[in-house]
Amino acid sequence: MLSPVNVSIESLNLMTLVPMLIPIIGALLIIVIDLFNSDQHKSLYVMLVLLVLGVDFVALMDSAGVFEKNGTVMGVFDVMLIDGLAILSQFIIVGASMLFIPLALTHKRFHEFSYPEFFALFLFMIAGFQFMVATDNLILIFVGLETASLALYTLIAMHNRDKSFEAAVKYFTMGALAAGFFSFGSMIFYALTGSVEINQIAAVLSANNYEDIAFVLIGVVFLLASLGFKLSMVPFHTWTPDVYEGSSAALAGYMSIVPKIAAFVVAMRLFEFLIHSGVVWLEVILYMGVVLTMTMANIWALVQTDVKRMLAYSSISHAGFVMAAILIGTTQSNSALFLYWILFSFTNLGSFSMLWISRQKNLPAHQQSDHSYDKFAGMVKASPVAATIMALFMLSLAGVPPFALFWGKMYMISSAITGGYTVLALIMALNSAIAGYYYLKLIVYMFMKEPVVEYDGRVFSANATLPLKTIIGVAAIGTIFAFLAVNQLLDFITVFVYNSGY
Amino acid sequence: MLDHILSILIFFPALAAMLGFVVNKDSMRSYGIAVATIEFFLALWLWFAFDGNVSGMQFMEQVALVPTFGINYIVGVDGISLFIIILAAFFTMIGIASLGETKDIKNMIITLLFLQMTMVGVFAALDAIVFYVFWELSLVPMLYIIGAWGGPLRIYASVKFFLYTFAGSLVMLVGMLFMAYFYYQATGQWSFAILDWYRLILPESFQIWLFVAFFIGFAIKVPMFPFHTWLPYAHGQAPTIGSVILAAILLKMGTYAFIRFSLPLFPDASVYFMYPIAVLAIIMIIYTAMVAYAQKDIKQVVAYSSVSHMGVIILGTFALNVEGITGSIFLMIAHGVVSGALFFLVGVIYDRRHTKLMSEFGGLAHVMPRYATIFGLMLMAAVGLPLTINFVGEFLSLLGFYKQSHILTLLAGIAIIVGAIYMLAAYKKMFFGEVTKEENRNLPDVNKRELLALIPLVIITVWLGIYPKPLLGTINTSVESVVQLMHEKALSEEAKTRIPSLNILINKTSAKEAH
Repeated sequence: MLSPVNVSIESLNLMTLVPMLIPIIGALLIIVIDLFNSDQHKSLYVMLVLLVLGVDFVALMDSAGVFEKNGTVMGVFDVMLIDGLAILSQFIIVGASMLFIPLALTHKRFHEFSYPEFFALFLFMIAGFQFMVATDNLILIFVGLETASLALYTLIAMHNRDKSFEAAVKYFTMGALAAGFFSFGSMIFYALTGSVEINQIAAVLSANNYEDIAFVLIGVVFLLASLGFKLSMVPFHTWTPDVYEGSSAALAGYMSIVPKIAAFVVAMRLFEFLIHSGVVWLEVILYMGVVLTMTMANIWALVQTDVKRMLAYSSISHAGFVMAAILIGTTQSNSALFLYWILFSFTNLGSFSMLWISRQKNLPAHQQSDHSYDKFAGMVKASPVAATIMALFMLSLAGVPPFALFWGKMYMISSAITGGYTVLALIMALNSAIAGYYYLKLIVYMFMKEPVVEYDGRVFSANATLPLKTIIGVAAIGTIFAFLAVNQLLDFITVFVYNSGY
Repeated sequence: MLDHILSILIFFPALAAMLGFVVNKDSMRSYGIAVATIEFFLALWLWFAFDGNVSGMQFMEQVALVPTFGINYIVGVDGISLFIIILAAFFTMIGIASLGETKDIKNMIITLLFLQMTMVGVFAALDAIVFYVFWELSLVPMLYIIGAWGGPLRIYASVKFFLYTFAGSLVMLVGMLFMAYFYYQATGQWSFAILDWYRLILPESFQIWLFVAFFIGFAIKVPMFPFHTWLPYAHGQAPTIGSVILAAILLKMGTYAFIRFSLPLFPDASVYFMYPIAVLAIIMIIYTAMVAYAQKDIKQVVAYSSVSHMGVIILGTFALNVEGITGSIFLMIAHGVVSGALFFLVGVIYDRRHTKLMSEFGGLAHVMPRYATIFGLMLMAAVGLPLTINFVGEFLSLLGFYKQSHILTLLAGIAIIVGAIYMLAAYKKMFFGEVTKEENRNLPDVNKRELLALIPLVIITVWLGIYPKPLLGTINTSVESVVQLMHEKALSEEAKTRIPSLNILINKTSAKEAH
């Protein structure tokens, strides 16, 4: 006869679930509202989402306070792991989502925002990402990843353009493959060590001194491939430009930030012990991945004729740049990753939003695509302020000081030097120089070329409303005055990363 | 107010530029002149308050920026940077004052004021990252000036200018981060303060690698042969004001950075690389002089001659003794004045004829006598005629290098004399002989606005040529302390002998401590 299971509620530490439950409850609330009264304006849902995320943010600050006092907290049968990485990445996820969601309040009507499901799915997705980063259990990571991804596929498809369906299906297929890889890799590690918890796996593997190195490597390759799909690392990047092109500019900007930070955290947890295991092959695989991703994406970005595709490749390149942090694997580099990504989310979301406010419903005859370079020719004459802000974001992405991303780049390169990766530091520096060209190209088009056809300037803010402008203003201010915040951010991040043992 | 005079000098133009967006475009020129004049008088006040007998930094300010990572906003001036700051303020002032008919004049003036902020910032910064911030930021306004107001190839020229310098300075950034890491290893603290770095003594092998990293950044900016290819394009396409500022101030950033960073931080590597760099400098002098001779366009002649004279500055810097370095700093100012003036003069004729081809001119001395006189005087100064400003600098630079190598100095000296040929030939083609083209017959002579810019330059050229002491004395004091610091830090025997000891007591105790 089985003895009854006795679990005290205290030992479950259910408080660890609160930040994830808040968006889920919010999503359910939205669905319930829709059930009773289905003709609500999108602004209601946007504000509800903002409120929910705001509450979520406060809950996160709460758990940050707990972490500062008591260190890492485990909960729910030790499945949840609330350490510094989990808290930092959730801050980024929720913060970037709060910057994203007001972008739905566009001037023009877009199909997807008229459905409350969009907002419910959005919140479910956030909960998925939060689960993904707040655990070191491979199964829960998988569940979080799939919850978030499936929601995201739908969000893309709801944009309701030919290319959006293509993008969604492409992303779905690739994502399914990645999911397969992930489960296969997890299975191998489970077979090797009898556990699905990353710290258990690490302990077992180091105890038997990596005797089944062949199997470990196969497992790593599968996991790396699946994370590579999510992080759009070369050669698993092929879906990225198409998917970004197909989804709305705002969502593309969002996708370049939030899913990736979640994947970075998983990669950090996973490779932290593998890199320090002294297996040379692992380092070589990762090194090649990092360098290829940075360099190839940069070279492809050079030849793009559409700004959105250029930004898509550029964000692949940035992901490769940041992936270097995981290769270096020091406290400084891991802190640099978070610093970089926080600064990057401001700048990149800002630049995608600039595309978003210039979104036209119908394509004029002279334009090949929605955001071709030609469209921006001579923009400074038609709307100087918008052109200046766009140029600001481009300069920041290129790493021109004192704008936001320069500080991330600098700290990242410095961590490469400190970690003994001199050649990598040089490659990173030279890649920033190559990247300078395509960001400059847009500035050249905006400031130095004559317009292809006469615009009246409204084209560049066709979609603008006060909320959108506010978001862009926030992003611009964050980009310009980043240097004032870098010190506090750095202190905060370093404490959190260091106390989590990374 | 004097405590913060450097920050005021740096940020006043930027603030004024931002307020300038509000000013009506018809009043913009007056606004620009007013701001630049205030800035210039502030710079003069800085000179007035500056104590020429003190060798170290003065008017230092420090504000924590990212203290965790050792980045602080530190500014200060010494005799090396003081006059370049004044020069920058001066050229912005006369540049705006003499601005001819320009489209979008409001944008131009705002851009120039932003550029001024970055220029002053570079020369006043005493923290490597702050230096780097201004250094990189200076590219953006210049990119816009060339790209928006330039000639037909302006986009190619401006992008080339930007990318070349950007790539070089990123390598330099890696060097800076390395330097900070060494400091961290030695002391357990991050610091990007240059004065902290001065106390660090590095093994020679590290010095050599770091020297190379910094060298790539600086050499592209100077620009040294073989990295000079962006400059003719930039000058060829830039509007007059762009060329003037580029030649007079922006190029000096590179040579200044050699003296501020490379020499005191890496004395052994400087000695190690002395001959290779001297050879590059001499190639630069001779080769660009020959290229200048082959040009048909007067602006290209001036551009190449400007590169050629930058070679002499490099030569003087790498003499590694007081005469050479003092001479090279003086020559930086002289070169700024003279080549700035020459670009102005080219602009004058371009405004009238809209061509820069020398074959289009001839006999201008009959038509524009005042113009011909000023041009002739500046040309003589560029050639290095005694009693003009350039002569003092060139003579001291060569004298300094003579102590290191007789043969190379002789080569450089001959090259400079031969260099006179292309200048005189260009002058002959443009000004002497009969007036061949009908259009040239009725050209108006220089007008008041142009004289406003040119007369002060003429006065400076002659005054400092005859009596350079007010500048030289101040520069000398600071250079002596740099050379002494280098001598003390040098590790190898060769470096100790190459860099003379001056037996003055500066920073001695602190240098020992760090070791």
